[in-house]
Amino acid sequence: MISQFFVLSQRGDNIVFRDYRSEVAKGSAEIFFRKVKFWKEDGQEEAPPVFNVDGVNYFHVKVVGLLFVATTRVNVSPSLVLELLQRIARVIKDYLGVLSEDSLRKNFVLVYELLDEVIDFGYVQTTSTEVLKSYVFNEPIVVDAARLQPLGPAAIFMQGTKRMPGTAVTKSVLANEPGGRKREEIFVDIIEKISVTFSSSGYILTSEIDGTIQMKSYLSGNPEIRLALNEDLSIGRGGGSIYDYRSSSGSGAVILDDCNFHESVRLDSFDMDRTLALVPPDGEFPVMNYRMTQEFKPPFRINCLIEEAGQLKAEVIIKVRAEFPSNITANTVVVQMPLPKYTTRASFELEPGAVGQRTDFKEANKKLEWGLKKIVGGSEHTLRAKLTFSQESHANITKEAGPVSMTFTIPMFNVSRLQVKYLQIAKKSSSYNPYRWVRYVTQANSYVARI
Amino acid sequence: MAPPAQSQRSQSPSQPSGKSEVSDLKLQLRQLAGSRAPGVDDSKRELFKKVISYMTIGIDVSSLFGEMVMCSATSDIVLKKMCYLYVGNYAKVNPDLALLTINFLQRDCHDEDPMIRGLALRSLCSLRVANLVEYLVGPLGSGLKDSNSYVRTVAVVGVLKLYHISASTCVDADFPSTLKHLMLNDPDTQIVANCLSALEEIWSAEASTSEEAAREREALISKPFIYYLLNRIKEFSEWAQCLVLELVTKYVPSDSSEIFDIMNLLEDRLQHANGAVVLATVKVFLQLTLSMTDVHQQVYERIKAPLLTLVSSGSPEQSYAVLSHLHLLVMRAPYVFSSDYKHFYCQYNEPSYVKRLKLEMLTAVANESNTYEIVTELCEYAANVDIPIARESIRAVGKIALQQYDVNAIVDRLLQFLEMEKDYVTAEALVLVKDLLRKYPQWSHDCIAVVGNISSKNVQEPKAKAALIWMLGEYSQDMQDAPYILESLVENWDEEHSAEVRLHLLTAVMKCFFKRPPETQSALGAALAAGIGDFHQDVHDRALFYYRILRYNVSVAERVVNPPKQAVSVFADTQSSEIKDRIFDEFNSLSVLYQKSSYMFTDKEHRGPLEFADELGNLSIGEAAHNVISSQRVEENDKDLLLTTAEKEETRGSSNNGSVYAVPYDSSTSVFASQTQIESAISNPTTAGHSQHASFGIDDLLGLGMPAVPDVASPPQLKLNTKAALDPNAFQQKWRQLPVALSQELSLSPQAVASLTVPQALLRHMQSHSIHCIASGGQSPNFKFFFFAQKYEEPSNYLVECIINTTSAKAQVKIKADDQRTSQAFSSLFELALSKFGTP
Repeated sequence: MISQFFVLSQRGDNIVFRDYRSEVAKGSAEIFFRKVKFWKEDGQEEAPPVFNVDGVNYFHVKVVGLLFVATTRVNVSPSLVLELLQRIARVIKDYLGVLSEDSLRKNFVLVYELLDEVIDFGYVQTTSTEVLKSYVFNEPIVVDAARLQPLGPAAIFMQGTKRMPGTAVTKSVLANEPGGRKREEIFVDIIEKISVTFSSSGYILTSEIDGTIQMKSYLSGNPEIRLALNEDLSIGRGGGSIYDYRSSSGSGAVILDDCNFHESVRLDSFDMDRTLALVPPDGEFPVMNYRMTQEFKPPFRINCLIEEAGQLKAEVIIKVRAEFPSNITANTVVVQMPLPKYTTRASFELEPGAVGQRTDFKEANKKLEWGLKKIVGGSEHTLRAKLTFSQESHANITKEAGPVSMTFTIPMFNVSRLQVKYLQIAKKSSSYNPYRWVRYVTQANSYVARI
Repeated sequence: MAPPAQSQRSQSPSQPSGKSEVSDLKLQLRQLAGSRAPGVDDSKRELFKKVISYMTIGIDVSSLFGEMVMCSATSDIVLKKMCYLYVGNYAKVNPDLALLTINFLQRDCHDEDPMIRGLALRSLCSLRVANLVEYLVGPLGSGLKDSNSYVRTVAVVGVLKLYHISASTCVDADFPSTLKHLMLNDPDTQIVANCLSALEEIWSAEASTSEEAAREREALISKPFIYYLLNRIKEFSEWAQCLVLELVTKYVPSDSSEIFDIMNLLEDRLQHANGAVVLATVKVFLQLTLSMTDVHQQVYERIKAPLLTLVSSGSPEQSYAVLSHLHLLVMRAPYVFSSDYKHFYCQYNEPSYVKRLKLEMLTAVANESNTYEIVTELCEYAANVDIPIARESIRAVGKIALQQYDVNAIVDRLLQFLEMEKDYVTAEALVLVKDLLRKYPQWSHDCIAVVGNISSKNVQEPKAKAALIWMLGEYSQDMQDAPYILESLVENWDEEHSAEVRLHLLTAVMKCFFKRPPETQSALGAALAAGIGDFHQDVHDRALFYYRILRYNVSVAERVVNPPKQAVSVFADTQSSEIKDRIFDEFNSLSVLYQKSSYMFTDKEHRGPLEFADELGNLSIGEAAHNVISSQRVEENDKDLLLTTAEKEETRGSSNNGSVYAVPYDSSTSVFASQTQIESAISNPTTAGHSQHASFGIDDLLGLGMPAVPDVASPPQLKLNTKAALDPNAFQQKWRQLPVALSQELSLSPQAVASLTVPQALLRHMQSHSIHCIASGGQSPNFKFFFFAQKYEEPSNYLVECIINTTSAKAQVKIKADDQRTSQAFSSLFELALSKFGTP
């Protein structure tokens, strides 16, 4: 049971504010914002998603730079409220096509319509995009998607990749194509976030894949869908430590540690042939989340060397090698490395002929940053940096710098080898053949090499 | 149908200067109010949007109330909805004007479009004006009977809104029983869920004054109703499922097969993508199996994977909420998670509050097999750019060292920290080395060699400095320079700002003096002089004390200040096990995130429905226990504590939860079970009717039946008061005054030992035998309890101290009694009660 719901901009302005129970004073938004902004005097620490001020519990989630907040005085389930906030954001996005400060401001009446039906007197009524359709009478005012921050992992498909129909993910569930006809299409995205930690000698300390099969359906008439996964997929690793790397390599089977499913998914034949059956509701939703610690070949190898080179000087060499097929390209790659605190200057040297790369020394937090627009599979890139120090280092210089971390996105590639073998849509007529998009993407969650 | 003017408005979406705009709007609204010109609805929409946007950013537009209501006569549903929104927001501050809206809202409640009926009814109930409630009853009544489920859904919540405006109107109109009827019969599960939420609120609020409401509230957790909900669980929305599952945690199944049925039914809920559903299910599993140790263990194993998946799948906020719960479970049963330690490694981009939880989890799960890897990982964090986390990582290494058997490798690591030459690393490491030496004095040789190399000038933090000084004093015979370092510290006495450091310095100089008098004498003199002149009271007093005791007798002084020390075996835990247990009982709530029990952060009126009823046993015991054991909690919550105790007294008579829970259903013991209930019924003539009713109801359900006549073979000699009350201070006083009447050692059955994983298990059991706990504590294998009981209809108390060691399966019992003659009879009652503990 929640008392209020509101959305604040990054500057702390109220964009939407709904009081459901009048139990919490009106000034709560300001109290909340001040608390979040100045959580610790040094400004270093982020406020936790849930905190209590004078008996009022504040919950918040950050979505595209906006703060979605709920308040209550009751000792509720924090998961419930945080899930709810996230879900409200998603429902709003389903209706507005894009979620941003601008689109919210332009459509706040529609948003209020939604909020009135999602929650009544603090109790959740429905968060189903589909059910809500019958309560919403305003039409969305569409904002230009091109200059917006991406929302969620699926949004990467918008980033100028020609293969993807860019408008699809930013289309409102209420939208009609020109000519009044809805375009029949369905998107299935396999999104994998990978975490890898390499030891200083280059071997893998930990690795994990957190995957989601996300679906967004624009099919009319709610046909049933069957989604077939790898037949050799197995779930759960019997006995022993799940970090037992010997067990799985080479066998070729995809072994998930665990997974969970959206409530619309029926698993009747899942045990038999690894097929998920569902009638997809409107809007975007995760069909299945999975987690995997099975060994996989990391897409990048990172080598890093830091050496003293005379008095008050040191040299850093970072080498990144892409270990995926050459028909695949990673984009928006950023390599970061904290340098010793007493670093005053860094000069960079890229390989001859390097294009689409940038280097930067962030003076304020003493960080080296190396951005690469693209890395083609199989290629290798090197960065050399000469550092100047303001004081002599006493201790081992490798203890003062690092670790190297990396972020990247690799479209049409997934490391787990989990696949959607086919996507079957129950046919209404012989001519019914909606567009089906099955897309894969791998992103770095925490990709770290220690030095 | 997007209004064209919209895009212009959005240029300056916020912060209009205020007043002039509002009066402008007023004028425009007035002009439109009567107009029937074509396109007027579009202009109205524009204006309404403006009004609502002002309302959102906090500008007071309540002065437009009249005009808004005038404009509301429209058939445009978009306009209507905006108007409802506005009216709902300002009716409370404009009760007179709100009357104006009643008319059109009531009319809309009879509209042929169910959507409008529903919306109008919701707005009507949201007015929150007390003198308008009479207008609500009619529309609500017909709304509850509406053929459209949307209208009914709205009406149910409307009843709850009415209750909050005027409870008496709501009750007089008999709405609660209408809701009850709907809850049991409506095919729409959202209506069922809304009825449940509403009734939980209403009956909990009424329970204090109405016996009927209390009974109804109890009925919510009766078997037929719980089964009715459970059998339909998948028809409920995911949010309503959470509500149902929360209710199920309060249900007490009659036997283990029922428990397994429920768990099998809910098993697939653990695979739900919604974390709230999973956590609610986990809570059901944990609560149901609390008294079945090995199944409880299996539950931990079962829920591990789903929880880990949730932690890694959702947004950072969602995963934090789940991680906090995982943290709680790890702290309770670290061994279950010891092979999953890699999941608790920190990722560099995680926020501090997540890292902190993970560090604690890593510390907890460290055991012989994984310590090396965990400590290696923690050492990586010590060089972290995030300094607070680096510090905590070092502390974590220290904690692991203090709880481990093989400290060898860890000591080396700690000593390496000292050589890292980062101020904060050195500081933290010094404090740790000190604690380590207090526990493992045998390491002094290795440590002192390294500590000796640290220049006291490089140590600035008071805690670290104090630690260094302590080591200088304690090991001054092994550290060549100790007297001279201390001397130079004494010389800079005035520059030392921390009283803690100065206190330590005084003691260290004393200790050093006893070991190496000639070298230290002058430093001691200077220190005492400086200390006596110190402005800080404690420093002054300690210096003076040392001075006097030295003058009295140096060898006495040595025995006082520097006696041979015993190694500390266990450092006190910061959080008492009572608090931990209470937080565990509040699983899947904010208590887990705050690591505080709910009474510490919620006002009384906002405690959840049913909260005090089902927890009455351990809640009140917990409160009492704080009084005796952890006194620091008392002053924070003195008032609250009394209130809760009073509450408990009120409710205890009406709900016999505790006894039901612990009643053994084995055929051999069922006679005894019934007997206690009869006892309590007899001993409580005032409340007997009711409690008998409740417990008989449950027994009938279980098909146990009540023996018409109690078994005469073993009539209890002594009748105890089931409602006994004794405040902790009175208990303490009596315990001091009374002599020990009886002291004996009892043996525990293996089942009893197995059940006694936490003190609460025994408390609930004993309470069902009218023996109440006032304080408890300890951890396996040693538990200590203080119980009390009262003779029925006589203010004669029995006090018991019971120390249980589960390894030896023995209980040391000391009994004190107001009436010494009956202590033997009480003792046999106590023994009987204890012997039943743990029987299935």
